[in-house]
Amino acid sequence: MTKLFDIVGLWLLRVLEESGRIAILFFKTLTWTFRPPFEFRNLLKQIEEVGVNSIPVVLITGAFTGMVLALQSYTGFKRFNAEAFVGTVVALSMTRELGPVLSGLMVSGRVGSAMAAELGTMQVTEQIDALYTLATNPIKYLIVPRFLASLIIMPILTGFADVVGILGGYLVSVKLLGSNPTIYIRRTYDYLDLEDVYIGLFKACIFGMIIATIGCYQGFNTQGGAEGVGKATTRAVVMSSLLILMANYLITALFF
Amino acid sequence: MLKMNEIQGQGGSEEKMIRVVNVFKSFGQNHVLRGLNLEVRSGESMVVIGGSGTGKSVLIKCIIGLLRHDRGEIYVKDREISHLKEEEWNELRKKFGMLFQRDALFDSLSVWENVGFALRRHTKFSDEEIRDRSVEKLKLVGLQNVEALMPAELSGGMRKRVSLARAIAMEPAILLYDEPTTGLDPIMANVINELIVEMREKLKVTSIAITHDMVSAYHIADRIAMLYKGEIIEVGTPDAIKASSNEIVQQFIRGEVEGPITRGADFGRQLFQPFRR
Repeated sequence: MTKLFDIVGLWLLRVLEESGRIAILFFKTLTWTFRPPFEFRNLLKQIEEVGVNSIPVVLITGAFTGMVLALQSYTGFKRFNAEAFVGTVVALSMTRELGPVLSGLMVSGRVGSAMAAELGTMQVTEQIDALYTLATNPIKYLIVPRFLASLIIMPILTGFADVVGILGGYLVSVKLLGSNPTIYIRRTYDYLDLEDVYIGLFKACIFGMIIATIGCYQGFNTQGGAEGVGKATTRAVVMSSLLILMANYLITALFF
Repeated sequence: MLKMNEIQGQGGSEEKMIRVVNVFKSFGQNHVLRGLNLEVRSGESMVVIGGSGTGKSVLIKCIIGLLRHDRGEIYVKDREISHLKEEEWNELRKKFGMLFQRDALFDSLSVWENVGFALRRHTKFSDEEIRDRSVEKLKLVGLQNVEALMPAELSGGMRKRVSLARAIAMEPAILLYDEPTTGLDPIMANVINELIVEMREKLKVTSIAITHDMVSAYHIADRIAMLYKGEIIEVGTPDAIKASSNEIVQQFIRGEVEGPITRGADFGRQLFQPFRR
């Protein structure tokens, strides 16, 4: 019986300890972001890594999501003669929810794992220690550029996903299902508030911060060679994906 | 259990560049350093020898602040370093250069970007000037025309030398070597030994090397210190160490399987009774 308490207790303590460490890393990253000198070269390189290379993935994700949304909502709405509102549903769903969340999950898989792998490899080959001996703070040199790049890029990628999603919905509705194009477009922007878009972009920023913080945290705390790097990469993706989903609910509830 | 041979080393003045005083460091239940005392004179080449896992790396990392010791004091040029803040460490580390066991070169940067890393971040030189200085340092370690290559394209010996060039780029006063010859073939190991001696002569640096390669130790050391069970049990010139009356030192430097170090250890029993059920 006490063994059960032991296990649960230890698990809880570990979770708390890890949350604390992640929070500390997050605040240290914020502090270092605002301290000069500012490293534009590194930042640009990371923007290319995080952003440019994620665009194809996000576009495909957005397109197919919009398309399937149109298909599904048409089927459902037809049952009570509301097919005209498919455009609205696609637009609202993409901008408020699916654009940021699905982009976040895809980017977490792509970019979060890359960050964990790269920093994890550096950690086990003593490159992080080497940075300290060269009088360079690794948080400033490695994490801040990745953090800022994610923060900047995620809303942009989400914007692309939104646009492509709505386009995909249009294609399916009009070309495949024969809806009236004018009505589709009217319904799209009649019921779409700018607020919906902003909330989505705000979510994207938060998700970007989560992806970078968790990815870099797992990388820095890698132990044990190649196996350790593999574990860190997996943990980074799983943890940031879960946190994205949880944060998504919290933000949505906040703006409800 | 400290036994210091106060025999004057060949290199170095009486000024104490680094003093380690009664330092303790543990990792959980593993008590690695237990009251370690060591003094390194300015300009001398000190080599710390000891078995694998006895805490040599830990000692070096405490001196440069990669690890914080639990108790005791460490003085670098009479400045106590136990409670330094991040910014102060950054300033102090500019006086150090460290050569890591596995080179720790930055894979995503070219050779000259590696060598000139500290220069880029802490000086106002242009990229061209930094590249020139890198090439200069690379020449000092015997490498030519490699500055544009990536670390992955270099052999082990070349990587070690690039690592050394990176460590001396800021012309530090103190050089730390973590097992500089481990993993190198005998010829390359000797090249590195010669380079280490040259660094001391040309740059007048104080250096601490940790190794269990005795050939290397005798080659590069002004004085050798042996680490055993968390303490320094003997310090002296290479000749003095060779002639030491300490059983433990003798077993180690001769590489004898049987002796006080391995006596009573399970390792000994298993080795000599392989068919014991």
